[in-house]
Amino acid sequence: MPAIEILGLEKTYHVGFWRKQAKRALHPLQLTVAEGEIFGFLGPNGAGKTTTIKMLMGLVFPSGGTARVLGGSISDPAVRAQVGFLPEQPYFYDYLTARELLEYYGQLSGIPGQERRQKVKAMLERVGLGEAGNVQLRKFSKGMLQRVGIAQAILHDPKIVIFDEPMSGLDPMGRREVRDLIEQLKQEGKTVFFSTHILSDAEALCDRVAILHQGQLRGVGAVAELTANVQGKIELIWSGTTAPAALKAISAELHVSGDTVRAVLAEDRQESALDILKQSGLRLISLTPVRSSLEDYFVSQVGPDKISAGAGS
Amino acid sequence: MNRRVLHIARNTFREAVRDRVLYNLIAFALLMSGAAILVGQISIDIERLVVINLGLTAVSLFGVVIAIFIGIGLVSKEIDRRTLYTILTRPVRRWEFITGKFFGLAGTLLVNTLCMAVGVFAALLYVSHRFQRADGWVLVALYFIVLQFLIITALALLFSAFSTPLMSAVFAFALFVVGCFSEDLRGFAAMAHGAEKWLATAAAYVIPNFSALNVITSVAHGQPVSGQLVLYNTIYALIYVLMALSGAVLIFERRNLK
Repeated sequence: MPAIEILGLEKTYHVGFWRKQAKRALHPLQLTVAEGEIFGFLGPNGAGKTTTIKMLMGLVFPSGGTARVLGGSISDPAVRAQVGFLPEQPYFYDYLTARELLEYYGQLSGIPGQERRQKVKAMLERVGLGEAGNVQLRKFSKGMLQRVGIAQAILHDPKIVIFDEPMSGLDPMGRREVRDLIEQLKQEGKTVFFSTHILSDAEALCDRVAILHQGQLRGVGAVAELTANVQGKIELIWSGTTAPAALKAISAELHVSGDTVRAVLAEDRQESALDILKQSGLRLISLTPVRSSLEDYFVSQVGPDKISAGAGS
Repeated sequence: MNRRVLHIARNTFREAVRDRVLYNLIAFALLMSGAAILVGQISIDIERLVVINLGLTAVSLFGVVIAIFIGIGLVSKEIDRRTLYTILTRPVRRWEFITGKFFGLAGTLLVNTLCMAVGVFAALLYVSHRFQRADGWVLVALYFIVLQFLIITALALLFSAFSTPLMSAVFAFALFVVGCFSEDLRGFAAMAHGAEKWLATAAAYVIPNFSALNVITSVAHGQPVSGQLVLYNTIYALIYVLMALSGAVLIFERRNLK
């Protein structure tokens, strides 16, 4: 049984004063997440990732389609008890201490008293907040709040964990810790579904990824499968301080440093480039194939303009 | 009571206490002690009347302000701050959340009113030097005031389920003011004709009848309150609260939490 099945889920918002203008946030989406896998949900800001996650969690109602979590509906409290959720940029009751907040969430998740107290204590230690358990959340930094958010999402030992932008706003150490935690969750047999626009994190962690852009699914699969289809690139380095005009016309990138020039160009232009260098009498130093990364695939599906917009957020 | 409703109610009460809502009791205590001392010096034989009138009116006004201004934020604040996301994605149903919020604020208002009631009786004892049998009716007036709070809290929650905090405050406060004059509205309906009569009668039934829940003046004059009125008012308030809460739940069940 798949952990998550998204069957034609779609969302259209009606905007404007009379709500007559339809704005499609998500086109019908088909997606399956297997049990025990780490699944990355990628896309630039405004792609529809959060809308999809909110529909999956029952916070927003779909305009069409349906979703099944562990074979059931998310509207069933018994199914929700098996799911942990971290919203994007979480905000919690800041008049509570971290311990009180986790106690409260434990109560709502139906964890019995003695077990709950033990779990809260262990969870605070696990996310590195053992010392700050009795401090009110209004005194917490953004990184500490993110840790509390992760703690509340996994406190009740759910089978599926859904994180919306878990690395957002974290420093490099914080991001590393979240990555380690996601890997630990996988080792514990949990399914992790997380959205992000930080591609390196997704590439390092995910068994499979899906790329969403403007509410439409642009690709889904293992990172290696996706990048295998991206047109390869080569890197040429030669001696000199200038590049022939003909080579400039076919190169994607050109960099001059000291007495060498580096050009990156599409694999299918390799023969032409070598001919140009030969005709110009330039001495080739190296020719190296460039490995396609998830970022290359992402760019090919989404476009560089959207990436720069997403990276700035 | 459902355990999840109880946990949400307890947390709502805790939020009110930590947000220093009960600090209004200090203002009330100052008002009552000042009034008792002043009345004791300038009034002859009407100290009881003045203290009961002033005390119960203050209890009512302080409570109404709390009920409206906290009630309107019970749902909208949770949506704005997105604290709701981590609640409703647990095994918590939306009606449990609304009901828990209602009981939490109702509990806050009850504790607040009990503390104020102690203040009113202390001021009464100060000016009269002893309690009278008729002072017992003050408890009935306080009970009716609590029923008013429950209705206003349910209405504030209802408005909060679909409107902005500002508009919810305006709606709730307007309904409270109009509701205080609902007997006049019924009188107008009785005298009107045609469409006016129909409209006035409909409005008189829809708007909460706070006039019937206000026995402050008669209690201040030592007049008893009939058991029938207590029963009718209790049933009326419970039905009104149930309907307003049902409306809030129906709206909230369909609301997208963007």
